[in-house]
Amino acid sequence: MFRKQYDGDITIWSPQGRIHQVEYALEAVKQGSAAVGVRSNTHAVVLALKVGLVPYTLAFTLHRSSGELASYQKKVLKIDDHMGIAFAGLTSDARVLSNYMRSEAMKSRMIFGRNLPVSRIVASIGDKAQINTQRYGKRPYGVGLLVIGYDETGPHLYECAPSGNYFDYLAMSIGARSQSARTYLERHVDAFANASVDELILHGLRSLRDTLQQDKELNINNCTIGIVGKGTSFTVIEGDSLQRYLDMLVDTEAPAAAPTAPPAGDAPADAAPMETD
Amino acid sequence: MDTHPGNWGNPRPHGGSSDLDILRPVDGLAPAPSAAHGSSALPVSRTQQPIVTGTSVLGIKYKDGVMLAADTLASYGSLAQIRDMKRLVAFGDHTVIGASGDMSDWQHIQHILNDCIIDEYANGDGHQLHPAHIFEYTSRVMYGRRSQVNPLWNSLVVGGFRDGKHFLGYVDLLGTTYQSSTIATGYGSYIAQPLLRKQVEGREDELTEADAAKILDESMRVLFYRDARSLNKIQRATINPSGVSITEPYSLQTEWSFAEGIKGYGAIYE
Repeated sequence: MFRKQYDGDITIWSPQGRIHQVEYALEAVKQGSAAVGVRSNTHAVVLALKVGLVPYTLAFTLHRSSGELASYQKKVLKIDDHMGIAFAGLTSDARVLSNYMRSEAMKSRMIFGRNLPVSRIVASIGDKAQINTQRYGKRPYGVGLLVIGYDETGPHLYECAPSGNYFDYLAMSIGARSQSARTYLERHVDAFANASVDELILHGLRSLRDTLQQDKELNINNCTIGIVGKGTSFTVIEGDSLQRYLDMLVDTEAPAAAPTAPPAGDAPADAAPMETD
Repeated sequence: MDTHPGNWGNPRPHGGSSDLDILRPVDGLAPAPSAAHGSSALPVSRTQQPIVTGTSVLGIKYKDGVMLAADTLASYGSLAQIRDMKRLVAFGDHTVIGASGDMSDWQHIQHILNDCIIDEYANGDGHQLHPAHIFEYTSRVMYGRRSQVNPLWNSLVVGGFRDGKHFLGYVDLLGTTYQSSTIATGYGSYIAQPLLRKQVEGREDELTEADAAKILDESMRVLFYRDARSLNKIQRATINPSGVSITEPYSLQTEWSFAEGIKGYGAIYE
């Protein structure tokens, strides 16, 4: 009821004890295409849906995928050999934050000869984001990050929100329709810790697929993967090299249609949780 | 400016040097005092020579870790001024630094590194600086200061052991670095380094802690015989899988009776 009066300025509380501008920023994250992160005991993976740069309505009326008119937006960025991010929300804000992360990572290399600990950079992004929720004349970032990295303390997955909050996760999704992905992740979370790299990516792809609109499918153009872990420096998988994983996605689901097929019969206990929707 | 470590603590080569030389500006760098600044304005002055100095530091790798040795003397020129100087200091749980050169600059370095260790601890996230990280940081500090033409006048030996990995590195006032299985600074780089190389190189995986201690004691004894800025009170630092331990200062046995027969040096007595 007080929304109109109290949502104009970042430094003003509403009588209900809320800061509306911060909540609007959190909404901006939900407008961005979805990103998913999963981690095992050895690796961490982020996956994101890429949307064409041309306005959606235009692409629709032309009956063409927007990819034919323009390139897809980058959704997964490398920060350093041991770290990368996926994001949902304002791309330009994500670029500001990734620039900052990259320079901090280089500073750590320069000054200490050490890979920047993931928890440290995430905490300092939290500090940066918080300042923007408290200071007159500023606005919160309109982007949510999933940060993955591998350091001395193992693989990590963090979420950073515009509110300045950050969380350590086993698996998480952000962005449009990300609740569907979270539902998948919650159902399979026990399988992640000891999953192989391929299994981890497949879990990610399945949860990412759940965020798609009704008539859409994953293809090599609309998704992207970032992976990092023990003995694996941060790598972005996209384009043709994605085909292998999309094929595996189809293969692992074929037995579900024909339960008597040999692969499913070999290891029904392992296969069952992965095959469920 | 003579930066050569071998000449530290010795009179400057040209005549007429005095302790007041430190007040003299670097030629062509600092502005001369002028009336505009008022007659009381002193010129900008930078470190141009070490004042109170520590002599050699030795370091070697051995089978189970790394060992450093240094005496406890801080000399004011040729005066043995401070005889209980701690020149081996631990930083964190896995690293020891040994310092030769200017002792006030060394105290400054200790402050910087302790701040660094405290900041690291205050993060409270379980990450610790490894010996190699402390070494890198120290080298950046040293090179940064030399780039301001205001060096920290030291040669430092960084020794560490962590996660089964040995570390032994050298940094000096110019920011020069190297890593090796034997390191010696100052006068020791002439006298002790060949002795250490002969006994350690190729045998890093065989030498026991007792062997290492014996090699260092013997080299320190030779240095005490030959280095006029040394003392027979030394400390040894051991960094091994169980952490850092630095001995209390202890004395080395020396034999000087041969000196009775030496003629031709110093004062002549009938």
